[in-house]
Amino acid sequence: MSHAVSPLREPLVSEARTLHQLTDEIARPMERRPTKAWWCAFLASFSALVLGVYCVSVQVMTGVGTWGLNKTVGWAFDITNFVFWIGIGHAGTLISAILFLFRQKWRTSINRSAEAMTLFAVMCAGLFPIIHMGRPWFAYFAAPYPNDRGPLWVNFRSPLVWDMFAISTYFIISAVFWYVGLLPDLATMRDRAKSAIRKAIYGALSLGWNGSQRTWLRYETVYLLLAGLATPLVLSVHSIVSMDFATSILPGWHTTIFPPYFVAGAVFSGFAMVLTLMIIARHVMGWKHLITIRHVENMTKIMIATGGIVGFAYATEFFTAWYSGNELERFAFSNRAFGPYAWAYWIMVGCNVLIPQFFWFKKIRTSVAAVFALSILVNVGMWFERFVIIVTSLHRDFLPSSWAMYAPTFIEVGTLVGTFGLFFTCFLLFIRVLPAVSIAEVKAVSGYARKIGVTTEFREQSAKKPVDSWRERNGEPNGHGGRTPPQPQSTQRSEEKKKGDKKEDAGAGADLVTEAGE
Amino acid sequence: MSARMFVAYFGSEDGILGATRAVREAGFEIHDVYTPYAVHGMDEAMGQRPSRITWVCFFAGAFGLAVALALQIWTSAVDWPLNVGGKPHNSFPAFIPVAFELTVLFGGLTTVAALFLRSRLKPRMSNAHVLPRVTDDRFALALVVEGHAFDADRAEAICAAHGVVETDFVEVSK
Repeated sequence: MSHAVSPLREPLVSEARTLHQLTDEIARPMERRPTKAWWCAFLASFSALVLGVYCVSVQVMTGVGTWGLNKTVGWAFDITNFVFWIGIGHAGTLISAILFLFRQKWRTSINRSAEAMTLFAVMCAGLFPIIHMGRPWFAYFAAPYPNDRGPLWVNFRSPLVWDMFAISTYFIISAVFWYVGLLPDLATMRDRAKSAIRKAIYGALSLGWNGSQRTWLRYETVYLLLAGLATPLVLSVHSIVSMDFATSILPGWHTTIFPPYFVAGAVFSGFAMVLTLMIIARHVMGWKHLITIRHVENMTKIMIATGGIVGFAYATEFFTAWYSGNELERFAFSNRAFGPYAWAYWIMVGCNVLIPQFFWFKKIRTSVAAVFALSILVNVGMWFERFVIIVTSLHRDFLPSSWAMYAPTFIEVGTLVGTFGLFFTCFLLFIRVLPAVSIAEVKAVSGYARKIGVTTEFREQSAKKPVDSWRERNGEPNGHGGRTPPQPQSTQRSEEKKKGDKKEDAGAGADLVTEAGE
Repeated sequence: MSARMFVAYFGSEDGILGATRAVREAGFEIHDVYTPYAVHGMDEAMGQRPSRITWVCFFAGAFGLAVALALQIWTSAVDWPLNVGGKPHNSFPAFIPVAFELTVLFGGLTTVAALFLRSRLKPRMSNAHVLPRVTDDRFALALVVEGHAFDADRAEAICAAHGVVETDFVEVSK
């Protein structure tokens, strides 16, 4: 398959690597002891997680009175964090499913960790609605199960019930998609493993994967089907999250623009988080030829597009509020931009509308430090977007006598910090135990856009190399043996094979090549 | 269950693709091909038909859809109809989100289960059934030896023309 390569195409793996080198480079960080930097990051994340566990325990034992909520502002930090984390997760599915359907081959080196990010982000997100219930031990009431209260069923017309189905389906399908994608790499890890424990664990997890083409064909079909299912799923999840707001009659929430606006915002914030994580990973793990500047650039371009949609949605909301002629709607939006929470609104506009405009400049797109700083600012902006939508719409409601202000308590801030702790603790453990770059998929694209690619080099090498034939091991004359293959016993054969591996006689290969020429 | 196979190892995607196509055209029976990653065009080289798992996905998804709609209509309109905000008992449009989620859930899980069952993927403690280095950088072509006249010289000659690096007779589990 040595077809001509367009000079416009750039290799996806920016330095030539053999297949074995790729396996080594991706697997090695898991096989050596953790570095000091890893321990520092882990201890910091784990401390944050411990703080989060403390804060959640306090509020579960005491009640939601430990939060800064009041009668007017009944949703604030918890739902902001919930929507924020769900949004972070969406970029993972976008990279693994939507870019797969669009045949964007550059996704191969970032999809694994982006999917892991999705799982951990959804775990963080799922925590908030549960603790928000106040009595989380009754969380299972949200599921329709036969009970002795009638049975009293859940209200399927409620977006909160839709949310429960959407988030749990999203988590399960993302986890399955991720695991199926991991199978070939788990087998690679199993076959490399030296210790018996590693062998047993990777052996059990890899489900006896042996690289069979018959399995590969079904596997590829299943992967395509899962991508096809996950694509509408990810769009549905954030649409349903937005309906938690949009189906209410509250000015500022009651708008039809919410589903696409939320989905675009989710992808926007998710890519910012992927960039933050990937820039650290490529630096720490030495994967600059796998996660290249081109990957960083491509992701910033997606952020320009989704950031543009988000900015357009902000403008549309204001236009609709003015054009509707509805006084309450007009008030909600002027209060948003010029009321007591105007500072939060302008942080949101600054980070989400202005910051992505820097990515129009190639110099900034290709500067890793600049992209890293800007991606963090976008994350901050997207957190504030959810805060602005929720708190500014609630705190000045229809009756001026019930207007109130909201400020988070230590417990609420501690819970948010705790979810960051959970997220980064999980991520740091993940890069220690599972291949954070898809080994099999990167191998498949390593020859992409290379005239003298890895595969061709290999062929040249192997053509020169002598063939390690079974005839040698059985002491038969080269290429002149009988027509029937020898029938050695299996134990004998494996012993002989070991000898044969070391020997590598040049004669066998030369002879076979001549024979082929005849 | 295992059988003796003639196994030829290659160091490259190009080699295994060419060799697979050539041995098939020469009339050899291919047991399987083992590769470290999904090789593009291998299904065609081996003469494989498209997988039928797509049908499993379709019917499981349809089943999930039916279950979701039946559950929602039965609980909301039949078993205990409650008036919620004056909405009709069978609020069909409001049932679509959950119906969609369960379609995806049933379709996805059943498809993966079908893959595991059909390809006999299950936790195994030993990797004795795996050919050396095929999960790293080797591509192996396994030909069926038993049951008919197997011409080892001819197989080797074809493989050698495509840059074979090692040949062997191995017990391969079926």
